[in-house]
Amino acid sequence: MVAGTRIEQAWAVLHNVLDPEVPVLSVCDLGIVREVNELPGALEVVLTPTYSGCPATEAIERSVIEAVQAAGLGPVQARTQRAPAWSTDWISEDGRRKLKEYGIAPPGRCHAEDGSAPIRILRRAPAVPCPRCDSANTERLSAFGATACKALYRCIACREPFEHFKPI
Amino acid sequence: MQPSIQLNKTPAQQYLLRVGDTCLILAQRLCEWSGHAPALEEDIALSNMALDLVGQARAILTHAGAVQGLSEDQLAFLRDERDYCNPTLVELPRGDFAFTVLRNLMVASYLKLLWQRLATSTDAEVAAIAAKALKEARYHQQHAADWVVRLGDGTAESKARCEKALQRLWPYVAELFSADEVDAAAAASGLGPSCAELQATWADEVNQVLAHATLAAPKAGSYLSTGKRGVHSEHMGFLLAEMQHLQRAYPGGVW
Repeated sequence: MVAGTRIEQAWAVLHNVLDPEVPVLSVCDLGIVREVNELPGALEVVLTPTYSGCPATEAIERSVIEAVQAAGLGPVQARTQRAPAWSTDWISEDGRRKLKEYGIAPPGRCHAEDGSAPIRILRRAPAVPCPRCDSANTERLSAFGATACKALYRCIACREPFEHFKPI
Repeated sequence: MQPSIQLNKTPAQQYLLRVGDTCLILAQRLCEWSGHAPALEEDIALSNMALDLVGQARAILTHAGAVQGLSEDQLAFLRDERDYCNPTLVELPRGDFAFTVLRNLMVASYLKLLWQRLATSTDAEVAAIAAKALKEARYHQQHAADWVVRLGDGTAESKARCEKALQRLWPYVAELFSADEVDAAAAASGLGPSCAELQATWADEVNQVLAHATLAAPKAGSYLSTGKRGVHSEHMGFLLAEMQHLQRAYPGGVW
């Protein structure tokens, strides 16, 4: 049993609830847990969805509730908070390291985009360093990958294909 | 057979349905490519974009139905054709790949500008949904633009197909920017922008891409499609029949 208040204990549990699509990242690493609150009669976990259509959103909500209850901290409920919108900038440093070790190139920093900049046509996809050999000599194979949050790349230096977590 | 639902048809609800239905119906068309796209990467890309659009539609339809106690599923599966409020452009059959990427460019450019403005909507839920959707629409626009340039400035065949697709699509653009009483009410309440004010930026961005693609926008005609007012093309009924069949035949069915 983890020491501390009920809220601190819940945070400790959440650090072990993994994203089903990227099972090295916890929901805390991913930066989608906004708050844990103690309501009368229940704990409340506030979650922010990553992508509008992410099919993992509901699975994550279920595993959060199950994990907190399994730790004996229940009853618990989850609440979705859309604003402010999730950004990959919220992925923790620890999370970025874990992504790279897992073979997924972590996202670069998002520049505060307000969408007013003119679109860049014929833009070359920015170079993403290979998570295995760190070479910057890589190329994008596909703008979309196995999940909405990733793109497919290939390293020209070590010849390995890899996934890139897109900055958003 | 599950009967259709009846809507309140308040201007605010109609406005939200226009936004949500635009996403939902384009998603349905993009899903038709699943397993049929010219390359595996594009198959995945089109399905991923459809997934984003379905997510956006779910959020907006949930919100649009809430005041009347209707769920997103009831709105999607139990509404009659006349109660669907998407502009006709998104319901046109998917055509060939050139048609699909050109329509994606046109719609993503439109939705990007719309979400940008909806992010400051007086309706906080709409603003929150829009702030997220904006990031997705921006990526869709970029992806579509890459393809339009590649095909337009490609082989004689790919260029000819792009030109043909543009001729077919262009008459449906006017509807996106022609305001009626629903748009006027949204603009007055601050729910959404007046749609006419998006037109100049839209034309600027789309024309930029077309110019790089060595394509030119056709001349605008006087035709005005009426999908957002519920009067659709002959293709809409077939689309809905396919999309709604299971829930109509097996009410509340889940898997």
